[in-house]
Amino acid sequence: MSILVNKDTKLIIQGMGNFGRFHIDKSIAYGTNVVGAVHPSRAGETETFEGETDHSGVPGRPDSYSVTLPIYATVQEAVQETGANASVIFVPPPFAADAIMEAAEADIPLIVTITEGIPINDMVRVKRYMQGKSSRLVGPNCPGVITPHECRIGIMPGYIHQAGKIGVVSKSGTLTYEAVFQLTQNGLGQTTAVGIGGDPVNGTNFIDVLELFNNDPATQGVIMIGEIGGNAEEEAAAWIKANMKKPVAGFIAGTTAPKGKRMGHAGAIISGGKGTAEDKIAALNDAGVVVAPTPTDMGDAMMQAMKKAGLA
Amino acid sequence: MKIHEYQAKELMKARGINVPLGQVAKTAAEAVAAVRPLIEASGNNVVVVKSQIHAGGRGKGRFKEYPDLGGVTVVLDGLKGGIKAAEAKVDELAKKMLGATLVTIQTGDEGKQVNRLYIEQGIDIARELYMSIVLDRSTGRNILMASTEGGMDIEEVAEHTPEKILRETIDPAIGLAGFQANRMARGLGLEGNALKNGVKFMTALSQLATDLDTDLIEINPMVVTKQGDVMALDGKMSFDGNAMYRHKDIAAMRDESEENTAELEAAQFGLNFIKLDGTIGCLVNGAGLAMATMDTIKHVGGEPANFLDVGGGASTENVTAAFKIITKDPNVKGIFVNIFGGIMRCDVIANGVVEAVKQVGLKVPLVVRLEGTNSQLGKQIISESGLNVVPADSLKDGAEKIVELVK
Repeated sequence: MSILVNKDTKLIIQGMGNFGRFHIDKSIAYGTNVVGAVHPSRAGETETFEGETDHSGVPGRPDSYSVTLPIYATVQEAVQETGANASVIFVPPPFAADAIMEAAEADIPLIVTITEGIPINDMVRVKRYMQGKSSRLVGPNCPGVITPHECRIGIMPGYIHQAGKIGVVSKSGTLTYEAVFQLTQNGLGQTTAVGIGGDPVNGTNFIDVLELFNNDPATQGVIMIGEIGGNAEEEAAAWIKANMKKPVAGFIAGTTAPKGKRMGHAGAIISGGKGTAEDKIAALNDAGVVVAPTPTDMGDAMMQAMKKAGLA
Repeated sequence: MKIHEYQAKELMKARGINVPLGQVAKTAAEAVAAVRPLIEASGNNVVVVKSQIHAGGRGKGRFKEYPDLGGVTVVLDGLKGGIKAAEAKVDELAKKMLGATLVTIQTGDEGKQVNRLYIEQGIDIARELYMSIVLDRSTGRNILMASTEGGMDIEEVAEHTPEKILRETIDPAIGLAGFQANRMARGLGLEGNALKNGVKFMTALSQLATDLDTDLIEINPMVVTKQGDVMALDGKMSFDGNAMYRHKDIAAMRDESEENTAELEAAQFGLNFIKLDGTIGCLVNGAGLAMATMDTIKHVGGEPANFLDVGGGASTENVTAAFKIITKDPNVKGIFVNIFGGIMRCDVIANGVVEAVKQVGLKVPLVVRLEGTNSQLGKQIISESGLNVVPADSLKDGAEKIVELVK
């Protein structure tokens, strides 16, 4: 088992620029079932992706692949023709909000938005638009979602993943890779890794993912990686304290970040003395989360939490 | 992206939001020339000279060169001596302030050089209020915040008397509803004309926030005049940098002299760079990892000199530029390159580092940790370059090594 994506996921791509095409190719090489693309000015055409199979992905495939994607004018049409149940968005920032709303309007169950730099007001409107819609948005400004050996949606390096028992949820891309890599090395492995992104207004938040992991029988423990800014980590800590049945490890980036400076991610800013790493770490400690002192200790912190719970 | 008070007021005025009359001045002569028209138009012989810098606390701030002089100074000389006396005083003040360094609670000890003044009409203030529009992340919407404690630091108000802060959440599909503006105006104790003017003020300000993609508007104080006008006596505005592509006019208001030169230079190469006070330069891919690298350096006893995220799509050229920016800082006693290659290929980083060292030389210790995509190739490039580089196996290992080397 896993959450959000698995071998039955049928993926379409919105945003067929160089970046999007590079990564959809990687997803296909990993063995993800990519079924189509949306690009209004190329509707009716096809594009073929071929290359060497990434054997760290879905097992039992030949050494090379060749997949021809049909290109559709609208998401609606792509869904009707292919039965897609997930979309990955690489559309440039000025048009990304519209792309997300189009996917939501087509009732695609999962929308993963990789695009970085979407104006905040656009996301405010998108969030409002999605109220009452059935779609779940992950991101924007995130590395995506991966269930090892089944489905890769996004931009993460596939080969560092190994199927296992830990759910990973994170605001940061590279820190997710650090955590995943350590969990692969220490043998715990991952059920699913979810990047929720570093923007101040996003779709899926920590609590949503924690709840999914809590209800996923295959997930035995969870690692949560946060950073300065906002209070999503504090809210998650309160939720963990009240509801979480599984051991949780954590890491918070930004203990040395100066106040009032945006640390790369649009959301990573301590404003008005709020959103400091200290407050977040204290809240996680209070919820019984094993907090890693440095990113190098994330795998150990997870192992420690699992041992404490008698699960490792 | 921040702008100056006078620019914020221009934007407000253009949208029918009441602000005092004023004129920006870059020289003492311009400051003096502003006085007569202001006094004649307003009928008030009091003018105010306000330093324009991108930092708050200007009123209580003092100049390094003139410890008794405040960053915002009210000129009362015109009350007795008329326009001539006001002009003479403004001339004296402007000559001191322009080019001088203002230190406020927000500038740090080094202060900021004042290059522009705003000469503004004096206002007969009846009440000082506070108003702001910020993003509320938990709802994903902007909120309008107000308080009767104008002129005070809002964080202190929030801590000591949170009941004095009023909030209205702005629905992006509707804007600030009339009843919300009304409720807030009444909550602030506005009556009669002031109530009507307050509602108009809030409605226009909320619309401005949405239309212009602000990420912060703070009016402190917003004043009620003795005549019942509601006015923005101060105006702090910053904008969502990601939305500036659709606001060329606002992007043009950017005052680069207010920004750190190294940070500006980095931005030209698509690098996220923030200057800090420590001795260990960091070059990292990914914002989260860059932050965590700083944290780890501190954790093992060092002090980071910067935050630097080269991003996921950096080229050899970008990495070279990043390396040069780091080595330009005279405080840097050692450099730590920490890469977890996902999208970023380690060989690109390695080539960038080798190229940069060729161009600028290497006078301080360098620790490099390469993990992820093409890490073996990257390590090979570095070892074959003959550079004096200390390899590291993990983030922590690298941090410990560089901290030891700069001791």
